[in-house]
Amino acid sequence: MRINPRFTNKFVQLGLNFQAFFTVGILVIIVAIICFKGFPYVNFEFIFAYPEDMGRLGGIFPSIAGTILLALLSILLATPLGVGTAIFLTEYTKESVFTKIIRFGVESLAGIPSILYGLFGFIFFVIKLKMGWSLLAGVLTITIMILPTIIRTSEEAIKAVPRNLRIVSYSLSATKWETVTKVVLPSAIPGILTGIMLSVGRAVGETAAVIFTMGSSLRLPTSLMDSGRTMAVHFYILAREGISMEKAYGTALVLVVSILLINVVAYYLMNKAISKYS
Amino acid sequence: MTKNPAKKEQFVKLVLVAFALSSLLFLFLIFIFILFEGLPLFHKVGLKNIIVGSKWAPTKGFFGIYPMIVSSFLVTFGALVIGAPMGLSCAIYLSEYSGKKMKMFLKPALELLAGIPSVVYGFLGVIYIVPLIRNYIGGSGFSLLATSIILGIMILPTIISISFDSLMSVPKTYREGSFAMGATKWQTIYKVVIPAARSGILASFILGMGRAIGETMAVIMIAGNALRIPTSILDPLRTLTGNIALELAYATGDHRLGLFSTGVVLLVIIMILNYVANFGIKRKM
Repeated sequence: MRINPRFTNKFVQLGLNFQAFFTVGILVIIVAIICFKGFPYVNFEFIFAYPEDMGRLGGIFPSIAGTILLALLSILLATPLGVGTAIFLTEYTKESVFTKIIRFGVESLAGIPSILYGLFGFIFFVIKLKMGWSLLAGVLTITIMILPTIIRTSEEAIKAVPRNLRIVSYSLSATKWETVTKVVLPSAIPGILTGIMLSVGRAVGETAAVIFTMGSSLRLPTSLMDSGRTMAVHFYILAREGISMEKAYGTALVLVVSILLINVVAYYLMNKAISKYS
Repeated sequence: MTKNPAKKEQFVKLVLVAFALSSLLFLFLIFIFILFEGLPLFHKVGLKNIIVGSKWAPTKGFFGIYPMIVSSFLVTFGALVIGAPMGLSCAIYLSEYSGKKMKMFLKPALELLAGIPSVVYGFLGVIYIVPLIRNYIGGSGFSLLATSIILGIMILPTIISISFDSLMSVPKTYREGSFAMGATKWQTIYKVVIPAARSGILASFILGMGRAIGETMAVIMIAGNALRIPTSILDPLRTLTGNIALELAYATGDHRLGLFSTGVVLLVIIMILNYVANFGIKRKM
């Protein structure tokens, strides 16, 4: 028996349509569950109060502050390193064995799972460098983890800047560095910011690499050597140890909404960057 | 400042080279420190007793991680069984069927799935998937099946975005040639577009495997973490990543070294997968 190809064609099209919307449906359902279940517990007090009784009562302020500190400090370290690497790879050198080796390093870093970053941060920063479970150890570990994202997106952004701009700058007798800082980078900023926002999202959602480096102290970290916990770690502990389902859902809501907002900003910037030169 | 501009250029270049080398330095440090902590135990206990040993009792001198290696591959395979067809069909829909506006909406929406933290996937797995399996299929619910479902969803963004890119890079003339021969759209996709994009599609599956085998927090919440090789899809299991995450916080002495040995095995598997995937992506270009 031979099935009519036109029939198969229609059938497949329906199936693929269904599959695509089913997958988006999964995202919608996840976000909807978190929003519905978490909404009743999130209020002003929940966000700005300190937790009491291991998190059973009170709010999640220290973990929000811990998350912001970790993400911000990691970005401050990773951005110059990452953008600098991208500038070197695109503007200061030709494709060679050397750039191939660096690219291989960046790709390998990107493929290493977060638990191995946790394992490395734990043995190197926490134990060997005697930082203990601290904000500093967390920041350094996350910096290395987000570096590949920043390098790749910055490289793409810098490559997308038209050659003409550079040629004009050189013809005005600008040096290479002047061209990079005054012409190339300003044009590449939306693309670079996309990478930064995606990295912030990764830092905010990360658990395995954070819990073994920054620790899980419930206090507000006031120095670089203090331990602390991020929202993701707080949520994990609340849920896994069954401390409080209500607080877990509340924390999940704040966590997921922040990450979605960060990602939406990232995509907005990306669209801006794409539309600029096409 | 009226410094010599040529000198300044030299200085800038030097700094940038140092920045670029930092990635290599970090990679080197990660390898050195994980290997440095993990390898001595292989020497002491014996490679064979660790890789194919089936008993993990680190405080009593047993460091066998064979069940965890098998379990890691089982959940990865399970994730692929669920995630690969779903992801590939989404990618085909996006590149071949959807209009421009639909693409603008669907692609970022699908990529947002990647932003959801793994602890949230694990939590929802415990609350919804695990009871569903316990009540309707059997077992405790903490199982290979539950873990495969959650990981299958988690690797979708990786599979979709890389397959999509490779489908999009198939030249339009291939499709036009096929249409001109009177082929339907699906015949064109099935016989022309997919074969042309196959190395990129395979690379997306392998990178998805890399994500699944490295995933930790979601897995320890839903896998049940039992120390044996599962005999059915309803059995609980413990992966390599789970072993590290569950015990690192309190392990000392040889026990801790055993966790680093687990890390060494994981690192080797991941590097092989990444190397193979990158090879696939490059060949397509």
